[in-house]
Amino acid sequence: MRDAPPIEIRGLVKRYGRIVAVDDVDLTVNQGDVFGYLGPNGAGKTTSLRMMLGLIRPTEGSVRLFGRDPQVSVRALAGVAGFVEAPTFYPYLSGRTNLELLASLDGGDAASQIEGALETVQLRERAGDKVKGYSHGMKQRLGIASALLRNPRLLLLDEPATGLDPAGMRDMRELIRDLGRQGITVLLSSHLMTEIEELCNRVAIIRRGRVAYEGSLRELRSRAGVSYRLRTTDDALARRVAEAQRGIEEVADGRADGLIFKAADEQAVAALSLALTASGAPILELSPRQATLEDLFFQLTEDGSGAPEATAGVERKTKAAA
Amino acid sequence: MPGVFTVYRWELRKLLAQRRTYLGLGAAAAVPIIFVVALVTGGGQPEDVAFGRYVQETGLAIPLVMLLFGSIWLFPLITALVAGDIISSEDRNATLKMILTRSVERQHVFAGKLLATLTYAVIAIAIAGIVATVAGILASGFNPVTTLSGTVVSAPRGLLLVGASLLVYLLPILAIASIGLLFSAVFRNSGAAIVGTLMFSLLMQLLDIVPGLGGLHPYLLSTQFSSWQGLLRTPVDWEPILRSLWVCGVYAVPALVAAGLVFLRRDVAES
Repeated sequence: MRDAPPIEIRGLVKRYGRIVAVDDVDLTVNQGDVFGYLGPNGAGKTTSLRMMLGLIRPTEGSVRLFGRDPQVSVRALAGVAGFVEAPTFYPYLSGRTNLELLASLDGGDAASQIEGALETVQLRERAGDKVKGYSHGMKQRLGIASALLRNPRLLLLDEPATGLDPAGMRDMRELIRDLGRQGITVLLSSHLMTEIEELCNRVAIIRRGRVAYEGSLRELRSRAGVSYRLRTTDDALARRVAEAQRGIEEVADGRADGLIFKAADEQAVAALSLALTASGAPILELSPRQATLEDLFFQLTEDGSGAPEATAGVERKTKAAA
Repeated sequence: MPGVFTVYRWELRKLLAQRRTYLGLGAAAAVPIIFVVALVTGGGQPEDVAFGRYVQETGLAIPLVMLLFGSIWLFPLITALVAGDIISSEDRNATLKMILTRSVERQHVFAGKLLATLTYAVIAIAIAGIVATVAGILASGFNPVTTLSGTVVSAPRGLLLVGASLLVYLLPILAIASIGLLFSAVFRNSGAAIVGTLMFSLLMQLLDIVPGLGGLHPYLLSTQFSSWQGLLRTPVDWEPILRSLWVCGVYAVPALVAAGLVFLRRDVAES
């Protein structure tokens, strides 16, 4: 029990009538992960999170948080905090009173954490005002504060930066990074690859209720591969040379000018540069270009893209064609 | 782990921070005052209702008349105002997801809300009763009461009977509160729940006047609003009071069980 992972999801399904919101999701989030739960809007992220928090019942499958089932008792949420969609509060109570209420429902020493949590999210000055008058960003920060009251070992955050201005987004990300550094396991749902890329070590990409990829970001990135951009004095000649070169693949025209290719390793690139010089097409530019995860994300999640298998052997959980 | 009492305490605190609570309690206090002011300035008396002819003779008749008038819609409305809102307000503010992901079980949240609703209803009736009695005594004096059997009881004993009547009157009020809570859980909208509760109460009165349904009369919820009159007979007629105990239970308990099940089983998701 002590070694049970923070989140272990097996065969999770949620159906609303004929609509399948979450379709056979398996997921494991390990101790210390900052785990990105990535997918376009409507992919089933929030519904999964609701099941993780025990707010809705799975149609099939199971969720275990540190080995315990949140459907059975809120005891499974000991050490777990978070919220789905935007955090909400009683508008007729002040920010501080709302936190006092939630801390009472937490029990333990949660009440003694209130001032510290307000400080962390920089809301102390306005804590005495009724939530009615709070901006979206302030409510978002109060939501984080309310989660911190629980001294969480696991934090579930649903698009926490949504609706924030750029400075607010930056602060929110900084906060999440800090929490991750403190050893808190974080599951962060987002529809923004850049956000996940900045914060997370592992990621699950969800598409139409199904996991299209689960693994480390590094692995995802390596699967995306590095491509190179090449400009020479004679691109036609360069293309012939490149295509003949061992270890150089997928040579194509660049967007504006020049060529794009992929290489098996850096030695192959070095060999190509020698070959180009020797063949009379001196190099003007040769630069590695990290394929953006954004590109891959779109490939994995866009409707009708059909076969994510084609993109560098990405796993697919699909048992049968949808 | 925090339990029912923690939820109850916070539900009361939330009620104290909301305008509708004061609207309900304010109405409970204002209506008897308006009634007394009308009696004093206009003279006369309501003839067609029990104790109506004694309102100028003794102030103790005033709360009794108010109980009968209030049962038509005033007290059901005051009760429904909070009972119909106590769960649906969480829907309006989308706050269930916040409180249900802390460390209290759902059943404890439900029980705390139920207790807070009943507490509010008891306080509303107490305020109405106390204000009516005090205002009545100021207007018509602290004089002996003529019972429904024609006997006369002393003023202090009459005061005791008024207090006991308020207690018996709470039975159907608490049944109304339970039904309000059920509608609040089912409709997830306080307007619908309040109107629904009131409609239910009016439907009961309607059934009472439908010809051929006379046999239902003792078992209608509306009838229970006058069962306290058994106290004001000599000797005391316990039969309607005892019946009221179980009849109100028959309305309240299934409503509460259903409300609890709906609340415990529901998927908490913004629609």
